Amino acid sequence: MRIVIVGGGMGGTILGNNLARRLHHELKTGKVRITMLSASEKHMYQPGLLYVAVGSMMPDELYRDQAGLLEPGIGFHVDPVENFMLDKRQVKTKSGAVHDYDVLVIATGSRAVMQTIPGLAENAETFYTEESAVKMLKRLREFQGGRVVITVGVPHKCPMAPLEITFMLHDFFKERGMRDKVQLHYTYPIGRVHSLENVAKWAAPEFDRLGITYETLFNMKEVDGKNKVLKSEEGGSTNYDLLIAIPAHKGMEVVEKNGLGQNGWIPTNRTRLNMEGQENVFVLGDTTNLPISKAGSTAHFEAETLGENIAAMVKVGSAVRDYDGKVFCFIEAGKDRATYAMFNYTTPPDPKAPTRAVHWFKVAYNKLYWASARGLL
Amino acid sequence: MMAKKKQIDARGSFCPGPLMELIAGMKAADVGDELEVLSTDKGSAADIPEWIKKVGHELLSATEENGVWHITVRKAK
Repeated sequence: MRIVIVGGGMGGTILGNNLARRLHHELKTGKVRITMLSASEKHMYQPGLLYVAVGSMMPDELYRDQAGLLEPGIGFHVDPVENFMLDKRQVKTKSGAVHDYDVLVIATGSRAVMQTIPGLAENAETFYTEESAVKMLKRLREFQGGRVVITVGVPHKCPMAPLEITFMLHDFFKERGMRDKVQLHYTYPIGRVHSLENVAKWAAPEFDRLGITYETLFNMKEVDGKNKVLKSEEGGSTNYDLLIAIPAHKGMEVVEKNGLGQNGWIPTNRTRLNMEGQENVFVLGDTTNLPISKAGSTAHFEAETLGENIAAMVKVGSAVRDYDGKVFCFIEAGKDRATYAMFNYTTPPDPKAPTRAVHWFKVAYNKLYWASARGLL
Repeated sequence: MMAKKKQIDARGSFCPGPLMELIAGMKAADVGDELEVLSTDKGSAADIPEWIKKVGHELLSATEENGVWHITVRKAK
């Protein structure tokens, strides 16, 4: 069986390693072949960008060589797919190579798009790339005080990021002895301060306690950089001296160009994780159109389910379990306290009060991630 | 251009949740398109109409069937 994984991010890497372990014997005998096609020789730990933006991690801590993360036996090529020919069960790469497959997994991820909001890219700081996170850090270091507005695009990657960056900015300015010179103002697209009701019930009083003001039902429409005003779809507006954006994101262009899904999101079966209408094509992580958090843990849990199922398909000809929508998100509540939210399709989260212990576990996980990508954790 | 009808299956979505899924769907839709949100969150019956009214779109219907809310809206601008 020829298994082709398109994408070398968190989902693709965990899946590849999971499969290589489960199918060790089949790989050795040539019954199975696993090929990974990626756009980059580097693997980035994307959640670390949040920490780069406030100076608590350095960019070089976020990268490893992708080849070094993979189990022996996985054929890894830095040669991104440009054409998906699902009717022929083939993909064609940038170099012109054609790969036949029996099972295809698409895990190409997503990209931040600042350009969809007029004026946003020119006037806001953000942290969804290494370059922008470093630029934001420098801007924060230079900031002398004033009104800092946090604005959130829809849909966005990592639903905890808006809260986390707000709490971290509070501590950043407090630590610099200038919190009294900074007004933090948080805006959010729906009618409470977070999607998860229980998280919102915890976060709103925290904002009140820390003197962070907030405004809900605020979807950014445009940024007037000259007058430093952010306007909303709902008719509101707010002034800023420093604008911090959690931008909207989209799936990758190659997905759209190949007609696999609007805005780069591929219609995906919520339990089996196959692309709708395609029994042997599976989708992982940010690339799906599933109504769940676009977060690393989602890709991780999906990859574990899919690894078990594809291996079972090889061994007994059938999948063995459904993905239940499991997501686990840490929530940094500042620079030294954190909590978490765990939920699935049927059970909402019940976050506890933040503790130092959970924060330190998150800090440890930022290092342990590499063991997780290798499929060891 | 013909107005399109689209369904957003947000059942079991605690995060980002049905309203956030609808806001994303609205961005991808054209003026005149109809979007039907499926939600298992009873809060959707209140928060989706609240947002629709505030932003100026049109609420066409909101019904509940076997624990699933079907809320249909039209993009007005």
